[in-house]
Amino acid sequence: MRMSRIVGKAVIVAFLAAPLLHSQVEPPPPPDFIPPLRVAVPPATVQDGWHRPFPGVVVQPAKPAPAPRHDIGGTWDPGPTSGIQIQGAAARPDDGNPAHQPPYTPLGLETLSHTKPSAAARSVLPGETNDPIVLGDPQGMPREELYELRVTQIVQYPEKVLVLYTYGRVWRVIWTDGRDFPKNPEPRWFGYSIGKWVNDTTLLVETRGVDDRTWIDRAGRPHSADMRVLEWFHRVDQNRLELSLEIDDPKMYTKPWTALYKLPFALRPPDFDVREMIYAPSDVEEYNRLLANPVSDKDSH
Amino acid sequence: MAQKCLTIVALVAAIAVACVPALAHHGAAAYDTSKTVTIKGTVKQWNWTNPHCLLFVDTTDDAGQPVHWIVETQNPLSMSNLGWSGESFKPGDHITVRVTPAKNGRPIGLVMDVVLANGQKLNARNIFADEEPKTDASPKQ
Repeated sequence: MRMSRIVGKAVIVAFLAAPLLHSQVEPPPPPDFIPPLRVAVPPATVQDGWHRPFPGVVVQPAKPAPAPRHDIGGTWDPGPTSGIQIQGAAARPDDGNPAHQPPYTPLGLETLSHTKPSAAARSVLPGETNDPIVLGDPQGMPREELYELRVTQIVQYPEKVLVLYTYGRVWRVIWTDGRDFPKNPEPRWFGYSIGKWVNDTTLLVETRGVDDRTWIDRAGRPHSADMRVLEWFHRVDQNRLELSLEIDDPKMYTKPWTALYKLPFALRPPDFDVREMIYAPSDVEEYNRLLANPVSDKDSH
Repeated sequence: MAQKCLTIVALVAAIAVACVPALAHHGAAAYDTSKTVTIKGTVKQWNWTNPHCLLFVDTTDDAGQPVHWIVETQNPLSMSNLGWSGESFKPGDHITVRVTPAKNGRPIGLVMDVVLANGQKLNARNIFADEEPKTDASPKQ
């Protein structure tokens, strides 16, 4: 009896301490619907910043080489539109369909009511939005992957993985050295991420400690400071990667929900130049002065 | 052959209509997506900048009064994926631009496409694979 109590307490302690006790090899099941991933057809060739031509569409080999073990490094292209997600998270767009909405708690709905996005079903005019990125705030996690997800570069080291994003020219670190999350961390825009390989080709990543001033996506879905974000980076073969992402935030949502489900990326060559995409505050101010405010009747005209 | 051409034209028109609500980057709350305005004018300025590129076009109204339009596209990265660049226009260029106009009646719009003086057409909206007719000359994948 005494031994069973000791064992029981040890199990509880282990559960609380282990950062990624659940090795979910497969991402969670998709929502009960799958919004169609509409693939834009780019021009036959596109030019990079050095004016060098590249194929608009990455041509996949007929027989791709198998995925390398524990390797998601590379320059990954989701295509010209699949990662934009103007209506919010691709697997849960805010398109006016109630069935597509995340499972809000009462607090989640109340917090949602305070966000004024300038896109998606609850859109306000551009001059009326309180979207924090319009002020120049970082998108943070997970929004960096749920809005304007473009060519993404992944660099692997033995102890960490660096993810370099086009939008905002930002990066984040995923620690793979077995560390646990820090206790009572100070909030960060991109939180704290740790990852582990759950099989030869899937890196499962968990992120916590995200500053709650960020929005989850372009549609203004909120999150609390206790949000956990799970990502599955799955190397399908030598030339393809898939990204899935789940939100777990019991304060705002009654259950975890899938925000991305197997978003596909194609491998670009190592010398592919990634264009810059920075919404500098000075550019945004000028855009607001010239267009956003006049079109919203918020200028002095 | 003529029937085939008519079919292609009809399908392209249908795609153009279908693309209007699918404004990839920008919310459409400020624009009247039920309307299209065609502007024939002269480029005053072309801002290849984030968050959206801005094209300044001067024209005249029916009474001969000058009208100064400001029309926007997606961001430079998105536009480069459609074949646009910072050199697509220069001041003085004579162009025809189709826009989705602002709801408040100001000379502000969201660009659908531009035809240059040499006849070249620049499309400002993405064409999606599930809408592409099989008979047109799309780039081979």
